Amino acid sequence: MLKIDNLHVKLEEEDKQILKGLSLEIPAGQVHAIMGPNGSGKSTLSYVLSGRDGYEVTEGSATLDGQSLLDMEPEQRASAGLFLAFQYPVEIPGVGNMTFLRTAVNAQRKARGEAELSSGDFLKLVRAKAAELQISPEMLKRPVNVGFSGGEKKRNEILQMAMLEPRMCIMDETDSGLDVDAMRLVSDGVNALRSPDRSFLVITHYQRLLNHIQPDVVHIMANGRIVKSGGPELALQVEEEGYGDLLAEAG
Amino acid sequence: MADIAVQTKGQTPSVEGATKPANALDARLSALSLPQGGFALARRDALSRLQDMGLPGSRDEYWRYTDPRPFNAPEATALPVPQEQATPLFETLDRLTLVFVDGVFDEAASDDLALEGVEITTLAKADEANWAADLYGRLEAAGQNPVRRPFATLNTAAAQDGLLIRVTGKPSKPIHVVHRRASDNADAIWHHVIRVEAGAELTLLETGMSGARSNSVIEVDLAEGAAFHHVASKRAVDSRVGIGHIFARVAAKAQFKSFTLSVNGTVMRNEAVIDIAGDDAVAHIAAAVLGDGGKAPFHQDDTVFITHGAERCESRQVFKKVLKNGAQGVFQGKILVKPGAQKTDGYQISQALLLDERSQFLAKPELEIYADDVKCSHGSTTGAIDDEALFYLRSRGVPRERAIVFLVLSFLADALAEIEDEAIRDCIYERLDVWLTLNAVQ
Ligand SMILES: Nc1ncnc2c1ncn2[C@@H]1O[C@H](COP(=O)(O)OP(=O)(O)OP(=O)(O)O)[C@@H](O)[C@H]1O
Ligand SMILES: [Mg+2]
Repeated sequence: MLKIDNLHVKLEEEDKQILKGLSLEIPAGQVHAIMGPNGSGKSTLSYVLSGRDGYEVTEGSATLDGQSLLDMEPEQRASAGLFLAFQYPVEIPGVGNMTFLRTAVNAQRKARGEAELSSGDFLKLVRAKAAELQISPEMLKRPVNVGFSGGEKKRNEILQMAMLEPRMCIMDETDSGLDVDAMRLVSDGVNALRSPDRSFLVITHYQRLLNHIQPDVVHIMANGRIVKSGGPELALQVEEEGYGDLLAEAG
Repeated sequence: MADIAVQTKGQTPSVEGATKPANALDARLSALSLPQGGFALARRDALSRLQDMGLPGSRDEYWRYTDPRPFNAPEATALPVPQEQATPLFETLDRLTLVFVDGVFDEAASDDLALEGVEITTLAKADEANWAADLYGRLEAAGQNPVRRPFATLNTAAAQDGLLIRVTGKPSKPIHVVHRRASDNADAIWHHVIRVEAGAELTLLETGMSGARSNSVIEVDLAEGAAFHHVASKRAVDSRVGIGHIFARVAAKAQFKSFTLSVNGTVMRNEAVIDIAGDDAVAHIAAAVLGDGGKAPFHQDDTVFITHGAERCESRQVFKKVLKNGAQGVFQGKILVKPGAQKTDGYQISQALLLDERSQFLAKPELEIYADDVKCSHGSTTGAIDDEALFYLRSRGVPRERAIVFLVLSFLADALAEIEDEAIRDCIYERLDVWLTLNAVQ
């Protein structure tokens, strides 16, 4: 589903290379995790894939279902089925959560040539999904992420994901800032979305999340590259030993 | 008669037909058909005050950011009446609709001047026996200190028509003044006087445009415990020019709240002079401005002067301007706290969202405080669209133009929040959304 090949990315504004030949392939239906030290380029990868400004791809490619992602506008990538749950969700005062979500859902439907959801159908759907994530109707009415606690923001990201039903979900440290119960809620939400034609790329620092969301493959990222890939046991090894030996071994 | 030299200034859009003669005021006055009907005494007084003060010139500090020539010019620059008249707003609300065409009351197009708890007459038909005879021009005259506002005085002298509204109760619905244009070169001058008696309440809605050039004055006199809510929506579909003044006197425990949405036009200036005269009174004034300098130059100026003359009063100024294609926005706002006005709570914010680098926001916030136990703050910012927020919205599939509309609404939210009535606020939101979508930025 997602295929990244030899991706090189530098900052547009300065001469700083962040991704240095990253390759990664996620087949449909699989969950891959990326772990790696702070500053290794994990968030940068997620931004480059979803089309944020400020980066320059100097080499390599990234495709979703064979379609090149890198030439598309962010909204086109979203309609093509890509979703990024942000490490730091953005607050947008004065814009209602519901209004935003309905606009997003219907814009994507329109872009794909599907019929828009009526406000009644949308409302029913969003209420049901919000209830599963224990997001109160009052929170739905508030402006996007404004006044939400850290954990509430992360749950709101998963609500958006559940509503938009993307095929390729990237989650950047969705577990950070979550209490134990919220972690379970979020994991249940993600697991409910798992299906043979949906894939996940889960960026995390902690093995704990991977107990809830079982990955098929774990990648270790360092200095802008994937330096090692393996099964779930790799995450346990990181948890116990840190990155020292792993990185030394990878050279 | 004062000789006023009107000089050119480079920074504001030049307007064809601007005055050149040295005796600009003579030329200006001779183009007006003086005297108009009603309140002859007050009008004569205004005329002599105007002759003393003259028209503003280029060295006038008070007109530093805005070129007064479009208002000094004897004649309005003719503008074809646009095909598109203002689309109806507030139609879903129960209201008393009063129509003005180029500044003159249109009885046939209006509802009957009957509303429980309210007495309404028109200026053109008023005589010296009218309750407003004493009040007409009085707040305007009081508002000439410390700076001159000659166009308001000119208005008092020459207004063609207006509403005289005296409120003694709590009417069941708002009064909605609808302005329309009919002639290409009308120089519309109208003047409302509103007196809200003790404990009474009024909501005044205003929409549309009158004249190719307009000059409006609203005098609002609030007695103890009175409440006045004003929501205006002014969208120019052409390159018109206009100046408007609101003069308010707010007695103890009274509430004055005014919100204006301004969209386009070429040179627009709104002045508000609010005198908080009684203890525990409240005055809020807010504006949302959308300016596009693309088709015609755009220059919009909000000038506010709030005087705190009593204890425990609250004032709020919230001004937000969205500017693109070289549009210019101006904000001059002053809070004056007089000696003895203890426990004053004064707040002022003016902010511009510039959608391109050619647009410009000029702000002059001022505080002058002569009491020691007060809380006053002011702030002014100029910014661009937040890239991170824009990316966040787009990453969810919201197209760029729509995402910018969201961010503009987000920027304006604090000003719109000043509209207390939810139904009225919803109407304004809906309208804004439509306009913003029509004018979507590429
Ligand atoms: N816009 C930018 N300007 C300057 N440096 C940047 C920018 N974006 C990323 N970087 C740098 O690139 C590197 C990778 O950053 P990135 O946020 O992708 O790391 P990360 O792996 O997500 O780290 P963390 O685990 O702390 O979230 C860091 O050194 C960061 O400082
Ligand atoms: Mg990161």
